[in-house]
Amino acid sequence: MSTDRLAVRKTYKLYVNGAFPRSESGRTYAVTDAKGAFLANAAWASRKDARDAVVAARAAAGKWSGATAYNRGQVLYRVAEVMEGRHAQFCEEVAAGEGLSSSRARAAVDAAIDRWVWYAGWTDKLGAVLGAANPVAGPYFDFSVPEPTGVVAVLAPQRSSLLGLVSVLAPVLAGGNTAVVVTSRTRPLPAVTLGEVLATSDVPAGVVNLLTGDAEEIGPWLAEHDDVDAIDLTGAPAGCAMELERLAAGSIKRVVRPPAEEPDWSADPGLTRLTPFLETKTVWHPMGL
Amino acid sequence: MTHVLDPDAPAAAIPPRREPLAPYRDVTRSDAAFRAFLHGLPGVDQVGAESRVAVLGTRSIKTTAKAWALDAAISMVDLTTLEGSDTPGKVRSLAAKARRPDPGDPSCPQVAAVCVYGDLAGVARDALQGTGIHVAAVATAFPSGRASRAVKLADVRDAVANGADEIDMVIDRGAFLAGRYLDVYDEIVAVKDACGDAHLKVILETGELVTLDNVRRASWLAMLAGGDFIKTSTGKVSPAATLPVCLVMLEAVRDFRAATGRQVGVKPAGGIRTTKDAIKHLVLVNEVAGPGWLSPDWFRFGASSLLNDLLLQRQKLRTGHYSGPDHVSVD
Amino acid sequence: MTSLFEYAPAPESRSIVDVAPSYGLFVDGEFVDGSGTPLKTVNPATEEVLSEVATATDADVDRAVRAARRAFTRVWGPMRPADRGKYLFRIARLLQERAREFAVLESLDNGKPIRESRDVDVPLAAAHFFYHAGWADKLDWAGLGPGPRPLGVAGQVIPWNFPLLMLAWKVAPALATGNTVVLKPAETTPLTALLFAEVCRQADLPPGVVNIVTGAGDTGRAVVEHEDVDKVAFTGSTEVGRSIARAVAGTRKKLTLELGGKAANIVFDDAPIDQAVEGVVQGIFSNQGHVCCAGSRLLVQESVHDEVIASLQRRIGTLRLGDPLDKNTDIGAINSAEQLARIRELSDVGEAEGASRWQPACELPERGYWFPPTVFTDVSPAHRIARDEVFGPVLSVLTFRTPDEAVAKANNTTYGLSAGIWTEKGSRILAIADRLRAGVVWANTFNQFDPTSPFGGYKQSGYGREGGRHGLAAYLEGAR
Repeated sequence: MSTDRLAVRKTYKLYVNGAFPRSESGRTYAVTDAKGAFLANAAWASRKDARDAVVAARAAAGKWSGATAYNRGQVLYRVAEVMEGRHAQFCEEVAAGEGLSSSRARAAVDAAIDRWVWYAGWTDKLGAVLGAANPVAGPYFDFSVPEPTGVVAVLAPQRSSLLGLVSVLAPVLAGGNTAVVVTSRTRPLPAVTLGEVLATSDVPAGVVNLLTGDAEEIGPWLAEHDDVDAIDLTGAPAGCAMELERLAAGSIKRVVRPPAEEPDWSADPGLTRLTPFLETKTVWHPMGL
Repeated sequence: MTHVLDPDAPAAAIPPRREPLAPYRDVTRSDAAFRAFLHGLPGVDQVGAESRVAVLGTRSIKTTAKAWALDAAISMVDLTTLEGSDTPGKVRSLAAKARRPDPGDPSCPQVAAVCVYGDLAGVARDALQGTGIHVAAVATAFPSGRASRAVKLADVRDAVANGADEIDMVIDRGAFLAGRYLDVYDEIVAVKDACGDAHLKVILETGELVTLDNVRRASWLAMLAGGDFIKTSTGKVSPAATLPVCLVMLEAVRDFRAATGRQVGVKPAGGIRTTKDAIKHLVLVNEVAGPGWLSPDWFRFGASSLLNDLLLQRQKLRTGHYSGPDHVSVD
Repeated sequence: MTSLFEYAPAPESRSIVDVAPSYGLFVDGEFVDGSGTPLKTVNPATEEVLSEVATATDADVDRAVRAARRAFTRVWGPMRPADRGKYLFRIARLLQERAREFAVLESLDNGKPIRESRDVDVPLAAAHFFYHAGWADKLDWAGLGPGPRPLGVAGQVIPWNFPLLMLAWKVAPALATGNTVVLKPAETTPLTALLFAEVCRQADLPPGVVNIVTGAGDTGRAVVEHEDVDKVAFTGSTEVGRSIARAVAGTRKKLTLELGGKAANIVFDDAPIDQAVEGVVQGIFSNQGHVCCAGSRLLVQESVHDEVIASLQRRIGTLRLGDPLDKNTDIGAINSAEQLARIRELSDVGEAEGASRWQPACELPERGYWFPPTVFTDVSPAHRIARDEVFGPVLSVLTFRTPDEAVAKANNTTYGLSAGIWTEKGSRILAIADRLRAGVVWANTFNQFDPTSPFGGYKQSGYGREGGRHGLAAYLEGAR
């Protein structure tokens, strides 16, 4: 029996509104491994793909933010479960894309899965930790609750293609937001696989939309989009962040500025990536007979 | 005049229930209909009502406005004595004060009425002959109202016969709180009949109704039943007249007139002791029910010690200096 | 009907306030001259010039920022937190002691009724200092992460609608968290901020901790764009907010914005109608409607529309417009000729677009800037008066039939600062409050404020919160 079986190559596509469309532009680009060897052709998302992704994210926002925190927690935990089943594939893709040894790639994948678990556990604690009953000086009951900001555009880290991606995406979801993510341009494959994981877990269509391609090209469209409520510039290509922040100012977007350089994603994230995408709503009601 | 109650007398045929004014003719058709109507009235938010009166309480009434308000308030007083120890002498002394509240100042207006227990109404009537000051008598087993309807009606007839031209009745709070609204209604109708030509003030005893929602319902009930005035309190229960209660009652008479064309008066009673309180009430009348209620025909203060404070303030305004309790008469 | 009971004028005495003919900037604990052309501040009720106020140029702002930096590094930053708190307590007390003076001055400079400056603005300003004073030495327990540290120098730009109160909202949390401040009051209402500077001196607050630079837009820009400012806090229009967000883009400056609004006040058919009408009146006519969270859109259920409008009109008929210093005035003067022109323009647009304008019979004073309380009915969500912030005493009435429609219309705005709900049904309140995209939801009440209660917007009404534990985060490094 011949061992030279011709491999079935995968066609890499976008993940938008729960489906896997090609870019409407028809464009693709070559993805290579860390050493420059060809890995695959990925879809090269256009501004119109970004537009469609925002529509999907907005449509999904009501249901996702309206789900109980317990339910969202379970959905996020389910992502970790499904990822675990694809552990080997993620290791392979991370190792190839980031040029890591298999043990370091495994550590990154483990951490990425654990990060989902960490955020899954946060959904139903945010209200207790970030909310308050405010002792106002009058006959009123007054309480504050954290609520999702809405649709969040995420420029995912360019280097850490899986752990970095999960570290910026999961907190957005845990808070009840929906996301339009532009993945690492040169290392998009773990994101594509994550899209498959999300599609086969319980995350509703449109809650996460993954666009492979160039943040420098799509970023401005998202930053300027009036129906995007917040933008995470963590993975903004060098030199673009200031312009993106200026564009975001037009619709008073919440902006997370990029760090000077990509951080060590294995560190405990605390609440720092949750609170930027939460609004505090305060409700007053009189107390009388 | 004595009334002999005969427990064996045959019950009078129950007359058909008197209908309220249009457009509310059918609301007393049944217990259920009446309940639905009263509970369908807009609710009252207590905190909102309190903050409204707090803001109105900051109105600053000075100089000419104050002079007008003092005279208006004096003319709206139902000068009241409702003690077990009341005597004809006490009532005559009160009547004298009612006619000339400030003996040193003939320009001082007289009060609206003298309010006494029914057995002393005759004394008051004689002492007030020809003054235009009304004689008000409390009746219907005041203040608790806990007696049979026959006794209450007899009480009313007795007071009217003694010379009262205004009757201050109490509603059956027990029945009201138990939700027997038609019983309360029927009783007011019967009392109104017994009043003949005398004006009927219906005391809600808001201190026992407790909630402002109840105050609004009871106000409407009393107006629908034909009360000429709605009155807050007997003065024997605390809290008596409060500004939020008065606010709700003023809203009720305003809305009732808008709906039916019939104007009903309001009388806060009990606990209004200072000029400041009285003026706050007048501001409330002015800005809530409207100037149409700013007369003794439509607004009264049930009070006793209030009058002296009004007189002292009036003297101060007239003379420019302060005075003291010996410069006004004790009751 | 003219009342028998005409309230005689009851003016609060002006004599308690000593307005100087001219004012300098407050920098490093001293009043100093500004280098720009001074501005005249006028009493909008009479158009009388109250005083001449310095204009800070870039160089003046630079001096103020340097003073603030020095104070931060040498005095305020290293100070024991408990002592910082004590200074704030002192300031709170002084505001209470000088409350009448502040109230009269605020009404003179701003045009708001003395009843509001006396009963709302000044007591709340003092309460903000009192509340934040207590935080100064308790930040480790604020739940904002370990070892919270101040940011440094805060550049703060505030509006003219609540001059002293907005100052308090900005200065109190900044100082409590250990920052120092360069504050620019609005060009038409600088006087209470300058009186506050005097209070800082009276409290022996170390020089440079609070600096007040007066001037117009250019001065504000200089504060916002100064390189050595670590934190920018702005309250004002969404338009200016945008330009500030652009200006700080790419810098390290932390930014909070409290911008415009077009709040829906939703009245259901089971509402306590009298209190709802009162809340609607409060919501749009208090402070002449110069309130970012004003309930400028009345959404009323169709089945009670006529009843509510009749009741509203009757109530508006009792509002007393006139001399802001008269204790019985409900509606004072519009703050400036410019603002009056904008209100007139948008009202005319409302009429031109087909909405019906109603105003009570109302005599306006001959001098000064005045606009009567105004209600537009037959307003459609497409009309500009249903979308644009008027920032004046102008109410737009829209209707709805179902709760879903109410929510959809309420949220159909680019703003998201506040909203009101009027209904007796508890579960409906909670369901609607949950679905409204607004930072503050008042149910069966409106326009309530408290230092313990976070305030701030969704969407283009801005970001960040002021008040409560949440408000501290805006002034702390690494606060989550």
